[in-house]
Amino acid sequence: MPPLAQRNLFHDKVRLTVTLTGIVFSVVLIVVQLGLFIGFTTATSGLIDHSGADFWITSKNVPYVEQGVAFSERKLNQVRAVAGVADAQKVIAHWTQWKRHDGGEESVQIVGFNVDDNLERPWNLVEGRVEDMKSPDAIILDELYKQKLGVTRVGEVFEIGGHRARVVGFTRGIRSFTTSPYVFTTFKNAQSYARLREDQTLFILVKVAPGASLEQVRRDLLGHVKDVEVYTTAEFSRMTTFYWMFTTGAGVAVLIAAALGLVVGFVVVAQTIYATTMDHIREYGTLKAMGAPNSYVYKVIMKQAAISAVIGYVLGMIVSAFVVHASQAGGAAILMPPSMAVGMFFVTLLMCVGAALVSINKVTRIDPAMVFKG
Amino acid sequence: MQPAIAVRQLTKTYAEGSTGTLAMRGVDLDVHAGELLMLVGPSGSGKTTLLSIMGCILTATSGSVRIAGREVASLREKDLPAIRLQHIGFVFQGFNLFPTLTAGENVELMLDLKGVSAAAAKKRAQELLEQVGLGVKYDSFPADLSGGQKQRVAIARALAGDPGIILADEPTAALDSRTGRTVMEMMRELAHKRGRAVVIVTHDARVLDFADRIVKIEDGAIAKASDVDAVPPGLLVHGMPLAAASLA
Ligand SMILES: Nc1ncnc2c1ncn2[C@@H]1O[C@H](COP(=O)(O)OP(=O)(O)OP(=O)(O)O)[C@@H](O)[C@H]1O
Ligand SMILES: [Mg+2]
Repeated sequence: MPPLAQRNLFHDKVRLTVTLTGIVFSVVLIVVQLGLFIGFTTATSGLIDHSGADFWITSKNVPYVEQGVAFSERKLNQVRAVAGVADAQKVIAHWTQWKRHDGGEESVQIVGFNVDDNLERPWNLVEGRVEDMKSPDAIILDELYKQKLGVTRVGEVFEIGGHRARVVGFTRGIRSFTTSPYVFTTFKNAQSYARLREDQTLFILVKVAPGASLEQVRRDLLGHVKDVEVYTTAEFSRMTTFYWMFTTGAGVAVLIAAALGLVVGFVVVAQTIYATTMDHIREYGTLKAMGAPNSYVYKVIMKQAAISAVIGYVLGMIVSAFVVHASQAGGAAILMPPSMAVGMFFVTLLMCVGAALVSINKVTRIDPAMVFKG
Repeated sequence: MQPAIAVRQLTKTYAEGSTGTLAMRGVDLDVHAGELLMLVGPSGSGKTTLLSIMGCILTATSGSVRIAGREVASLREKDLPAIRLQHIGFVFQGFNLFPTLTAGENVELMLDLKGVSAAAAKKRAQELLEQVGLGVKYDSFPADLSGGQKQRVAIARALAGDPGIILADEPTAALDSRTGRTVMEMMRELAHKRGRAVVIVTHDARVLDFADRIVKIEDGAIAKASDVDAVPPGLLVHGMPLAAASLA
């Protein structure tokens, strides 16, 4: 096919610019909003997803990780007695108050775990080691929140929940969705920081022995331990994410913004492709008079839509990459996994092709007899 | 010999509001291969309507239209493009070239519609442009061509489909008289040397002498048909880019 589609598309530079701007705007808006959504999702459930456990045992009716209800740590022995349980550890995740040197208070989420075990350890350490937490009152937090909490370096001493806390290390990229930073410490410290009774825990994390059936172990746990819920890590992660994303409406807001991006892109592209089609309507009439079937004319218009989509996608992704990169240093990460980058291509293509359908509808109705009119 | 176009008892009513316009009222007309027929008549008499129906662009309200022996009046709308593609080449008053395509590409587009491969189409488009004396303008865009050159490209494009029938509505109206005659000579050669049935709607008295037959339409009916003796083609070729031999 002679390059009619390309030539007509590139002929009107101003309109092409408007089309591409619309697509780029749309791509960036969708990527940023979906990326925020993924970033939020990752942050809300990060603590659970990185726990290394197979099961989270909670009190009854605990809807998400921040709402743990204390129960007796004696249940730990009952859990350990169940066949198929390779490891079980008490874990605390609880809101409490951090006191800065300047006297200001910040809400933090204290995470208490067993330093001698592999469950719920902090990850991505850039300074210090998890073993340093064996020293008294040791805590590790994320470098993202240094400023918020008034921390400058390892060795500084603060007060959490009225008890002494000494920074021994920093992690990188452990974001908290709630804006209350995670502060990792030993289970014992966490009990006092969170003002829990000495015989209480909030969660018990379970690692199942290799080869044991998860479902069987879950049934046995529920059979042997009273008044608890047993969630797989994936379930508890989903529950927590669902709560923050949908019950609070935070996720809905970003998803609506992403959908708006799609709508705006669709409208701009539909409008400009339609205007281009109308500019060349006589040519399409001539094509039809020459004996071109409708499908031939559609191909010309679809090609324009597809070319616009490809160029718009590439430019949009370049801009998005900058935005995504810039967000890494801030409190809300915009994440763009490869699958999203690939998916965006098809979203862009669909958006442009869908927008071209308005024009397709128009050329279907062209009466080739128009070619003899003035 | 069966006529290239045979029209019988043709009527056409344009649906317009509740009344409708009766634009063709019982037209009978045969057009034969090898003849150049001109349709003349006052404005609004139905010339374009008749040409459009013969070109399978418009459907008849009643009557019969046979193209190369095949009845087309009863065909559905979606079957008409294939008939046009196979049998009919159009030449328009406003040339209707694709402005963003070069002269060569304009011709190639028609060949592409016919299913000719890209490489073969390029070669054939060059030949066709040479036949209309524009071999050197292959890479020129329509905007850079004169009116007469544009119309010759349009003729090359119409010929690319190798149609038995060439239909033209006012092909010389936008051209000066000398250029108009060149185009008309080309049209006549298509009829006489290459056996096409050529129908030309015209208001242009300057070109009537090219006709083999002139049919006058008045108020949707044939008012008068006159035979004109065919002029020997050799007489008309005087130093124009299109040599009689090149079309043969
Ligand atoms: N699409 C249409 N809808 C309604 N009426 C039409 C339409 N096209 C043509 N007509 C009417 O049909 C009649 C014949 O029109 P047509 O265009 O065939 O005339 P014409 O002989 O080609 O005129 P001209 O010399 O001005 O081009 C006119 O009365 C015209 O108003
Ligand atoms: Mg007319």
